[in-house]
Amino acid sequence: MSAGRKVVLVDYGVGNLLSVSRALAACGGEVEQTGDPARVAAADRLVLPGVGAFGDCMAELERRGLGEPVRRFAGTGRPMLGICVGMQILFETGEEFGSHAGLGLLPGAVGAIPPVAADGTRRKIPHIGWNALRPAPAGRGWAGSILEDVAPGESVYFVHSFSARPGDDGDRLAEADHDGFAVTAAVGRGNLFGCQFHPEKSGPVGLRILSRFLAC
Amino acid sequence: MPNLRLIARLDIKGPNLIKGVNLEGVRVVGDPQAHARRYYEEGIDELVYIDAVASLYNRNSLTEIVRYTAENVFVPVTVGGGVRSLDDVEKLLRSGADKVAINTAAIRRPGLVTEVSRRFGSQCMVLSIEAKRVGPGRWEAYTDNGREKTGVDAVEWARRGAGLGAGEILVTSVDQEGTRKGFDVTLVKAITSAIDLPVIASGGMGAPEHLVAVAGDGGADAVAMADVLHYKRLGLGEIRAAARAAGLRVRMP
Repeated sequence: MSAGRKVVLVDYGVGNLLSVSRALAACGGEVEQTGDPARVAAADRLVLPGVGAFGDCMAELERRGLGEPVRRFAGTGRPMLGICVGMQILFETGEEFGSHAGLGLLPGAVGAIPPVAADGTRRKIPHIGWNALRPAPAGRGWAGSILEDVAPGESVYFVHSFSARPGDDGDRLAEADHDGFAVTAAVGRGNLFGCQFHPEKSGPVGLRILSRFLAC
Repeated sequence: MPNLRLIARLDIKGPNLIKGVNLEGVRVVGDPQAHARRYYEEGIDELVYIDAVASLYNRNSLTEIVRYTAENVFVPVTVGGGVRSLDDVEKLLRSGADKVAINTAAIRRPGLVTEVSRRFGSQCMVLSIEAKRVGPGRWEAYTDNGREKTGVDAVEWARRGAGLGAGEILVTSVDQEGTRKGFDVTLVKAITSAIDLPVIASGGMGAPEHLVAVAGDGGADAVAMADVLHYKRLGLGEIRAAARAAGLRVRMP
């Protein structure tokens, strides 16, 4: 357990940092936005945002010397939250515009949401909008996770075309249905959390999720 | 499938929230911040800001409004009007916008759609189409907030925009806009049938049954509303209840 509600938001030139920062502040977080590897390594808790392509995000993180500090941070047991592509890069590989290595903190890969459903109908891509969270069948449950204060069926805001396929089904906390495809909505293992949706854009439900993370 | 999105559209001129009819004859409604905050508290799913005269004066004055909005409104914000370069997009995204809506600059230089989508992701590239009926089943795309003809077929332009990398289409019926007489369902249907991207229908919302028609028969993924919300003709709660009663899935905040 970390003291206070201090949180470091990793600034690597990617993602809507202002919105994430304002949302964390609205939840009582003392936000430090930084791209300094030493500050990242010394954080009490870490939020890793991300927008755009998997490979671009990883390249930018490594270019700024932040890949190793983030990996090391994850190993300390202090709480960490990846948002959107920041969640996707927690995995081993991303298959967006070629194959790219991720941070490898969770087993599994990130692939495109299939554009055609099993019944042959076309699925709208990107998956944009408010969609309901449901517990993943083999997940470890929401108690003790960032979703502790969320009720199944509550909706959050998604915007993405790729979805994680965790190598260990137990890491899948929540999923959301997109025309018959179960999108990986949130993941969690120990101190490590990720949400594919944007909690900072998910109204009061999103703020509850961020508040819970700040209390981890 | 995600829920049907209920979007508040705020047309802006200088510091003011405005509203017109057919995108013309605008009246000042009030302070955009106060309205944005009220819609958030009532459970709006998303906000769209459009700078109504930006193209005309080659400017974009929305950055400050967006910056304030990001302080206490935690739903997605789309900003349009006068966005004409990657720098403009970056500035807006840095101010707290999640997506940009581009109309005039995209018609003038379609490559911009691809550039924005490559650099910032297709999810933040909303192609805004202002469509005016020119015959049965035919609509022309207009620019500069419904002022200038382009000769471009609106449905064809939507199809092309999807290929260029747009992530969403905002289609505004210039004929219906501000009339409160209902959406141009045929136009929306023509576009949702032509492409696989999410489509936001805008222009004409006056009663809950209009929303039901454009989402049901028109296939819209999202509905933008202005007049009915600005003048409190309908409450979001009552709109949501009517949508639910008609079998549409909407978020219950």
